Amino acid sequence: MRLTFRGTRGSLPAPGPDTVRYGGNTTCIEVRSDAGDLIILDAGTGIRTLGLELAADPPPACHIFISHTHWDHIQGLPFFVPLFMPGNRVTIYGPPDPLNMTGIEPVLTRQMEYPHFPVREAELKADIAYETLSDRQTVDLGFAEVSTLLMNHPAMNYGFKVACDGKTLFFTGDHEPFFNIYEPGDADFDDYERIVQARNAELAAALRGVDVLVADAQYTGEEYARKRGWGHSTFGHALSLARDAGAGRVCLTHHEVARTDGELDAIGERLRREWADSGVDFRLAGEGDSLAV
Amino acid sequence: MSDVNDRLLAAVEKMPAFPQSVSKVLALAGEIDCSQKDLVEVIKRDPVFTLKILRLVNSAYFGLSREITSINHASVYLGLNTLKNAALSLAAVGVIPETASRRLDMGGFWLHSLAVAACTNMLGLRLGVGRDGAADYFAAGLLHDIGKVVFALYMPGEFEEAAGMALEPGASLVRCEREVLGATHADIGAMLADKWNLPTHLRDAIAFHHDLGGASSKLLDCLYMANQITKRLAFGSAGNFEIESVPERIRDLFGMDVDGLANDLPTLDEEVENARIFIKLGEAR
Repeated sequence: MRLTFRGTRGSLPAPGPDTVRYGGNTTCIEVRSDAGDLIILDAGTGIRTLGLELAADPPPACHIFISHTHWDHIQGLPFFVPLFMPGNRVTIYGPPDPLNMTGIEPVLTRQMEYPHFPVREAELKADIAYETLSDRQTVDLGFAEVSTLLMNHPAMNYGFKVACDGKTLFFTGDHEPFFNIYEPGDADFDDYERIVQARNAELAAALRGVDVLVADAQYTGEEYARKRGWGHSTFGHALSLARDAGAGRVCLTHHEVARTDGELDAIGERLRREWADSGVDFRLAGEGDSLAV
Repeated sequence: MSDVNDRLLAAVEKMPAFPQSVSKVLALAGEIDCSQKDLVEVIKRDPVFTLKILRLVNSAYFGLSREITSINHASVYLGLNTLKNAALSLAAVGVIPETASRRLDMGGFWLHSLAVAACTNMLGLRLGVGRDGAADYFAAGLLHDIGKVVFALYMPGEFEEAAGMALEPGASLVRCEREVLGATHADIGAMLADKWNLPTHLRDAIAFHHDLGGASSKLLDCLYMANQITKRLAFGSAGNFEIESVPERIRDLFGMDVDGLANDLPTLDEEVENARIFIKLGEAR
């Protein structure tokens, strides 16, 4: 299996001279089996160029897994050219929206409502199917299995484990470690802590031994202090998760929107010093980076 | 007139208190920096609310793989935002007392209120109101006719007379109420909203949903339009079938009239159907 980062930015596209190397497009990961079958993880703006390539050589089927429906993970969908081409089969998988009591179906219709977009979902020519997934569900695509795991984010967000060609990849989507809302000494601290620990342990167990972990690492520790509860991890959180899970390699992504290439380089160097003896093999994901698993 | 007012106040006084936990959830949900601990504490202190939340998060809509057994558990699993919005969705329902009044068909009343709630919510989203704000729109729709419940429970004879008169073709329930009871269901609904200390925008939406001259807000515009759409589509009934005229200003806001919008909300049916679970959960006591 091979994965290619089509978009590595979090929150909002960040084009410009300071984001040329790590990229300015929002989250999208192309996963190819050895035989060339295609899985797309998230549909941020990075999906656009992938769509252009696919339009030239359409695959028999296209499976798009949406971790959650915040803009930066879906905004490229209306610009995904294969959706406009008759004969293409595209299946969009994702979490439910329990508060509006819908599944993943409105992911296109809502953002393609007339005030927001000139073409309506009903006018798309491809054969589009939607499949709403539940927690810990496994989808068998024949060439690969994709399993869901509910993570911690201000929307229902699934991490996806992709098992293909005898290897495994886990993509967190957006995720913040579970944390205790009580202080030591509060009556409920212990009960809450027990549940938090259990959740963190479940996550580590699900990730145990994956070959590659692609993890949200949006913040530095200093930034996180101000942004706890926003649903994102720090570089340290993501590396700790990789270490605890015994992941073979970890790619840190969902770069903070204002982070420049130079700042990311500096963070990478610092982390390499701090984590030198940890056994964790990591890299900061850059748009266009491709690695064989 | 003061006699009428006293009788209305007496009826309102007989209504049960608005649960404190619900007011607190509504207040907390309005804070962008709402503390997760504060929210969890408010819910925990109300066993009925707790039960409703647990039933909701364990429903098929959430698709969770584990049974959620406590509010702490729900809080860890779902996080602040989802929990807050689930609480908000459940907050407004369940405050309406169960009535066995034969003056008000509660099935029809619920369906009408629910359809107006879903429709007001959809219209709010269409006008660019955020998801959090849209929950308020849902609540306004759900509660807009609450005054009818007060009439049906505590002034049943006169309400029945007014409702009977309103069945005549061309009659208006509001005019009949004014004639027979000296006040409309919107008037007494507003009095109840005052007693319940509902936020001003909700109170005004209830007070002026038949009288746009009384106040002006996007919420009220959406509620007014949703009420007409719901009557046009005959979702349930609340004893009043007359479709009121929509001012040009509101038609311009949506770029279409009642019929146009009614045709342009293809998922309303489905949303009403879906939202029924909130009624079931809300009614659980």
